[in-house]
Amino acid sequence: MPAPLPPTAPLLGIERITKRFGPQTAVDGVSLDLAPGEVFCLLGPSGCGKSTLLRLIAGFETPDAGAIRLDGADLTALPPHRRPVNMMFQSYALFPHMSVAANVGYGLKGLGLSRKQAAERVAGLIKLVRLEGFESRRPETLSGGQRQRVALARALAREPKLLLLDEPLGALDRTLREETQGELRAIQRRLGTGFVVVTHDTQEAMALADRIGVMERGRLVQVGPARDLYERPASRFVAGLLGDVNLIEGRLGPDEPGGLRTVETALGPIRASGEGAAGAAVVVAVRPERLVVGGADGLPGTLQGTLVEATFLGDRIRSRIRMADGTVLRASAALPATGPMPGVGEAVTVAIPADAARVLSA
Amino acid sequence: MTPFARTALGLALAFLYAPILVLIVYSFNDSKLVTVWGGFSTRWYAILFADGPLIAAALVSLKVALLSAGIAGVLGTLAALALDRHGRFRGRGAYTGLLYAPMVMPEVITGLSLLLLFVGIGLDRGIGTIVIAHATFATGFVAVVVGARLKGLDRSLEEAAADLGASPARVFFGITLPLIAPSVAAGFLLAFTLSLDDLVIASFVSGPGATTLPMRLYSQVRLGVNPEINAASTLMIATVGLVVLAASWLTARRGA
Repeated sequence: MPAPLPPTAPLLGIERITKRFGPQTAVDGVSLDLAPGEVFCLLGPSGCGKSTLLRLIAGFETPDAGAIRLDGADLTALPPHRRPVNMMFQSYALFPHMSVAANVGYGLKGLGLSRKQAAERVAGLIKLVRLEGFESRRPETLSGGQRQRVALARALAREPKLLLLDEPLGALDRTLREETQGELRAIQRRLGTGFVVVTHDTQEAMALADRIGVMERGRLVQVGPARDLYERPASRFVAGLLGDVNLIEGRLGPDEPGGLRTVETALGPIRASGEGAAGAAVVVAVRPERLVVGGADGLPGTLQGTLVEATFLGDRIRSRIRMADGTVLRASAALPATGPMPGVGEAVTVAIPADAARVLSA
Repeated sequence: MTPFARTALGLALAFLYAPILVLIVYSFNDSKLVTVWGGFSTRWYAILFADGPLIAAALVSLKVALLSAGIAGVLGTLAALALDRHGRFRGRGAYTGLLYAPMVMPEVITGLSLLLLFVGIGLDRGIGTIVIAHATFATGFVAVVVGARLKGLDRSLEEAAADLGASPARVFFGITLPLIAPSVAAGFLLAFTLSLDDLVIASFVSGPGATTLPMRLYSQVRLGVNPEINAASTLMIATVGLVVLAASWLTARRGA
């Protein structure tokens, strides 16, 4: 007899779930808790297991080990049609032989609604996704954006506490995608439904998610808000996935009071935050926009280099700087408020602020 | 199209259809002699419809074709579903081969083996045995036609239905079956024409009182060709032609 759950119990609880396909381990011991109403993005390259994890939650795959709970109830052994979660498919999977209204209302059967209640629910959903007037149309006559909204309305029809979205915006073009991101977030806030979104698009994950879980080869390697992941990545993989990053190899110095460490690199000593055994081979990760690039007469303690490329991008300048040892660093800076930009071929100085440098295992 | 290609196509079509065309033309021949043109007439059709045994044989053929196509339609669809849906189960390759083998098996052998089976298990030969025999070899054809459609069917449609709370039965009857229906119908019509055309297998497995139209025509032809046979054949060609057209129309629709 399990103890009654505290009121702050997670909506979704995934416990050490593992799924193998033959010799491949698609999902490897993933554990994860989701708060009610949270938007959680599973981010990773294709083949990292994020879609399989989503299909495990939906019930289309059976785990080899582990358990999935929703509101404390064990779902692991239930077939998909008995799970109180719904999914929006990447291809939308709209039923081609049914009208928009019939698609949206498909899931209402068996909920004990009267015909009138069901019709009202469908009308409300169609209004929610702004498809009034399209009720009797067939999916093939709709645009991509409209189909996406039908798929969303259909998946929300049973009022699930948890909605699974597989690359929900992947089939839309760039401008429509940004607009739809905002809409999706607005609908989510209004309904308070928990979302698990699978995506390979970092920008999309950052725009949608309360928390992001990065997956790499079947493992959930880091979980946190986008900013934490961006500023304090746990590995080179996460650092590179979340955005452009300079990785400078070096050897970690001894523990110091204050939390900062010194890393001996080919560029010289760099102060950075992070843990590790003294003497370990590490990399220092620095985001391009955190490098401070100055003229040749820079402050003492800065690193010397030569500007090899500078691209004007309107709101900022992206540059490449070759350091004395041959390492090329990428910098991305706001335009200097005053004064000329250094020219290509000129000597520049580069400062790496200690709070921008992060020690990662090599 | 180059003149050469056009000529080649013309010759090929002539080779295929000239005999049939001659047969159709002579079915409207007023003369009693099959090879002598005596003016246009439909009198052989009138005689045909007054020919009791021939009409009876045509009805037997229709009954056999409908029943065997129905059985083959269901069995072939189920076989296609099993092959498509259950991944790489043990013996899948062998099962596929076994399903397709009757399609390439010489009809004489199919007929003879079925005859031996029916005699062996003491089944009375008649319409029932012809239906079973025709369903046996048509099932593979239906499985091929339906299997092609299933291969092109997006599996996420069925998953979406299940995800929305539909039981496996509701998924099958509400989603899968409507989407593969054109191919099931096409398979049924194909099985129907195969049954209507068959002479060899039916001859082996039929019994007294169960004479199909091709059997009846063949026995009459052995006594000599007469224009009535031409008329009956023309009607059969028309029936089969229409059914095949319907089947190909169904298959072409929505990339079925």
